[in-house]
Amino acid sequence: MQDAISWIRHGALNYICTRLSVPPAEAWGVVTFYHLLATGPRPAAVVHVCDDIACRLNGADQLCRDLESRLGHAVHRSPYLGQCDQGSAALVTKAGPDADRFVLAPTSADDVAGALSVRTVPTVPKVPRVGASASGARIVRRMTVVDATSLASYRQHGGYAALAKAIAIGPAAVIAEVSAARLLGRGGAAFPTGRKWEAVAREPAQPHFVVCNADESEPGTFKDRVLMEQDPFAVIEAMTICGIATGSACGFIYIRGEYPESEAAIGEAITQARAAGLLGPRVAGSHHAFEIEIRRGGGAYICGEETALFSSIEGKRGEPRSKPPYSAQHGLFGQPTVVNNVETLVNVLDILTEGGAQWAKTGTAGSTGTRMFCLSGHVARPGLYEIECGQTLRHAIELAGGVPGGRALQAVLLGGAAGTFVGPDALEMPLSFEGARAANATLGSGVIMVFDETADLMDTLARIAQFFRDESCGQCVPCRVGTVRQEELLRRRDPGSGTGDPGTVLLNELGQAMRDASICGLGQTAASAIESAFANISSLKGARP
Amino acid sequence: MSHDEISFHLPPPATAIPAPPPQPAPTMVPLTIDGRAIEVAAGSTLIDACKTLDITIPTLCYLETLTPVNACRVCVVEVEGARVLAPACSRQVEAGMVVQSRSARVDLSRKVVLELLGSSVDLSTAPGLSEMMAEYGARPERFQEVIGSASAVSSVAKPIKIDNDLYVRDYGKCVLCYKCVEACGTDAQHTFAIAVAGRGFNAHISTELDVPLPDSACVYCGNCIAVCPTGALMATPEFELRKAGEWRPETQAVTDTICPYCDVGCTLTVHVQDQQIVKVTSPFDNDVTRGNLCVKGRFGFEYVNK
Ligand SMILES: Cc1cc2nc3c(=O)[nH]c(=O)nc-3n(C[C@H](O)[C@H](O)[C@H](O)COP(=O)(O)O)c2cc1C
Ligand code: SF4
Ligand code: SF4
Ligand code: SF4
Ligand code: FES
Ligand code: FES
Repeated sequence: MQDAISWIRHGALNYICTRLSVPPAEAWGVVTFYHLLATGPRPAAVVHVCDDIACRLNGADQLCRDLESRLGHAVHRSPYLGQCDQGSAALVTKAGPDADRFVLAPTSADDVAGALSVRTVPTVPKVPRVGASASGARIVRRMTVVDATSLASYRQHGGYAALAKAIAIGPAAVIAEVSAARLLGRGGAAFPTGRKWEAVAREPAQPHFVVCNADESEPGTFKDRVLMEQDPFAVIEAMTICGIATGSACGFIYIRGEYPESEAAIGEAITQARAAGLLGPRVAGSHHAFEIEIRRGGGAYICGEETALFSSIEGKRGEPRSKPPYSAQHGLFGQPTVVNNVETLVNVLDILTEGGAQWAKTGTAGSTGTRMFCLSGHVARPGLYEIECGQTLRHAIELAGGVPGGRALQAVLLGGAAGTFVGPDALEMPLSFEGARAANATLGSGVIMVFDETADLMDTLARIAQFFRDESCGQCVPCRVGTVRQEELLRRRDPGSGTGDPGTVLLNELGQAMRDASICGLGQTAASAIESAFANISSLKGARP
Repeated sequence: MSHDEISFHLPPPATAIPAPPPQPAPTMVPLTIDGRAIEVAAGSTLIDACKTLDITIPTLCYLETLTPVNACRVCVVEVEGARVLAPACSRQVEAGMVVQSRSARVDLSRKVVLELLGSSVDLSTAPGLSEMMAEYGARPERFQEVIGSASAVSSVAKPIKIDNDLYVRDYGKCVLCYKCVEACGTDAQHTFAIAVAGRGFNAHISTELDVPLPDSACVYCGNCIAVCPTGALMATPEFELRKAGEWRPETQAVTDTICPYCDVGCTLTVHVQDQQIVKVTSPFDNDVTRGNLCVKGRFGFEYVNK
C-alpha cells in the first residue's frame, strides 16, 4: 500500500486487519513503529536524506537545509543510509503506478530535486571502492570480478563448490569444519558460529529456521550492502549450507528497507538459484530442502537486534525480547533459529572449500580469518577493505589513503554508534577481537570512521545521542527515557566544569544504569561511544561532562 | 386389581472420582540470595524466590496475574557472573545462582530508573511511588538542575482524554508498563482495544488509529483500570472526586460482596465514601475473577447510589 499511494490509508488498514484477523489496535501499533511507513497523507515522491555522522562530516546538514527550503515536506531527515563511503546519501521512494525506490549516493541538492520530478531516474551506478591488504584478499577476491547478475559467472569463479562439498560431507561434518575454523560472528557480538549452529542442530523441536541478518543499521557500516550487491549468490549459497547443517528447510533474509539495490540483487539471485534447482525441495539434487524468503525492514535500527528482528518478521513491533530463552531454543516463531550476519555466512564458503583448520591459519589465534572494514569519514579513499585480523589500525587507515590534506588525526570511531572512540595513541592497536578488548575498545560491525582535527566532535556526539533517542524501541525505561536525557545533557547550553560537576556525575550514573538495566544491546551500548570519547580523546578532556 | 409393582431403585453407589494423577514433586533448585541459601521449585522467578525469604523487590510493571513484560526495570537484581543486571520479575531461577537483591549497582539502577520516570511522567497519583523514591534517594529534579531550563527536559505530558462517561485516560501519567494492554489482550479480556503505538520516547498506549474510546473495540470492562499502577487510567467517579479535592481513601469503607447481575458470581470489592459507592474492584487473588470484572459489575452501581 505504501508503494501504491505513499502512505497507509486508515480504511485500507482496517481492511487488511479484517482479512488477516489482526486486532486493528495492534496493527496500528506496528504501523506507527517503523520510520519508513507513513500514517498521514504525503507527496507521492519522498526523499530521505542522510544527516548522520559520516554524512555530516561532508556537510549533510547544509544539504538537508537546502532541500528542505526547496522541496518542503517531501524531505525527511534520515539516520544513516549505509552509503558512508560515498560521502552523502539520499533514499528516494516514489509511489503510484511507477512506484520505485532507489538510492542516490553521492548526491547533491540538484540531483535529488531532479530525481523527484523526473519519471525515470538517471542513476549513475555508484562504484564502491573495495580493497584488501596484501594478506587479506579473500572474500574480496571474487567480489571484484564476478558478474553479480549471473549464476553462470558465479559458478565460473568457484561458486557452489562449497555447497557441493557440504552435501557430500553431511551436516555434522559441516559444523565440525566451521567449529574448527573458530569463526566468530561478524554482526557485533562475536559469538562462535560453530557453537551456534550446533546448538540449533541439536534441538529436537521442529521446524528450525535460518535467518540472515542484513538489517545493517549500525552507523558507518556498509559491508553487507556491498557484499549483497556484488556477490549475492555467495549469500544465498552460504544460507543454504547453514540450512543443511542445522536441519532447517526455511530461511529468511531480512534486508533493511533503505537497501533497494541489495534487495533487487538478492531477489534476482534467489530466482536464478531456484530455477537451477539450487533452492527448493531437493537442493542440488540432494535430499535436503531449502527455500529463502526476503523480508524488507521498515526503517528501524533496533530490528538488527536478533530478537527484535524475529518480532519484525513475525509481523509485530520490532521490540526485543529478554534473554533467556535464547534464539537457538526459542527464536523465530518460538522455534530453534540460527541467526547470522551476512559477512559471517559468506566466510563459511571458504571455510568449507579450504577446510576449517587450514582457513584458521589466517588471522590471529583469537580472531581467525579476515574482516571487512568499512572506512569512512576523513580518509582519502573511503571504502570497504578486507584486512587479515591482527593487522594494526594504522595499516587500515593507510590502506584507505590516510587522512587527506596533511591534517592531523583527532579520533577514530570503531564499531559504529554502539562502539568506542579511540585517539591517535591507539593506532598500533591490532584489529582483532582480543586486541580491541585489551584496548577497552570494540570492533563491533567493522566500522572505522576517521575524524581529523577539523571535526566538531561535540556535534558528532550529540548526533550519536540523537540516533539512540530516535532508534530506541521504547520498551524499557532506562533506554526510552535515558537516551532522551543523554541527548539533552549533551546539548545543554551551559557547559559543566568536568570531573565532580553534577552534570558529569549525572551523565556517568545515567550511562551506568542504561548499561546495567536495559533489556537489549541498544540501551546497553547507548552510552559507550560517548563515554569513550570523553575518556580517550584529548581534545574533549576537560570539556563539558 | 393388580398393581404394577412400583420399583424403586437406589441410585447406583457413587463411583469415586478418580484422583488426579500424583503430581511429580517439583524439582527443587538451590540458589543463594543475599548470602542465604534456599531451594525453590524449578520454573520459579527470582521474585518468587525472594518472597520466600521475605525480601521485597520493588516492581511497577509486574502483577501476579499478568505475563511479565519486564519493561520498567525497577526490579533488577545482580546475578553473579552476568554482564548486566537481571529483572527479578521474569528471570527464572537456575541452579547455583548467586543473587544480590541490594548491591551498589542495583541501587544505582533503581535510583536512576525512578529519576527517569519521575522527570518525565506525572507520578502524583501512583500509590507507593514516593516511598520507593525516598528509599533509593531518587531526585528527579536533578535533570532539570543540570540541563537548565524545564522546557529542555522532555516529558510525556499531554491533554487528558475524556471521551466517555466511565473512565478517564491521562497518559501524562503513563509509565508504559504494558499492563493495560495485557489486561485488554491475551491475559484477561481478549478484546485487543488498545496497544502500544509509536516508538522510543514517543511510544504510547493507543486505540486503533488513535480513535476515541467509544469508536474503538473497548467494551468498558475496566480491567485496564484495575491494573494501572499510576492512576493514568481512572474511573470517572474517582477522577471527579479527586478534581474536587474530595477523594479520601482513608475514610472509605471497603467491603467484599457478590455481583448481583449474572450467574458468574464475581466477587466485588466495593469502596464506599460518604454513603456512596465510589469505586468497584475485585481481588487479584480471587479464583473466579483474578481481579477482572465486566462493565456491569465494575460500573453498574449508579442505581445503588440513587
Ligand atoms: C541494537 C542492535 C543492533 C544490531 N544490528 C545488527 C545489524 O544491523 N546486523 C547484524 O548482523 N547484527 C546486528 N546486531 C547483532 C545481532 O543481534 C546478532 O548478534 C547477530 O546478527 C548475530 O550474527 P553473527 O553471530 O553472525 O554476528 C545488532 C544488535 C543490537 C543489540
Ligand atoms: S534497551 Fe532500548 S531498544 Fe532495547 S528493549 Fe529497551 S527500550 Fe527497546
Ligand atoms: S495506562 Fe497505566 S496500565 Fe497502561 S501502560 Fe500506562 S501506566 Fe501502564
Ligand atoms: S462482573 Fe460481570 S461477569 Fe461478573 S458476575 Fe457481574 S455481570 Fe457477571
Ligand atoms: S550514509 Fe550517511 S552517515 Fe553513512
Ligand atoms: S517489575 Fe520487573 S521489569 Fe518491571
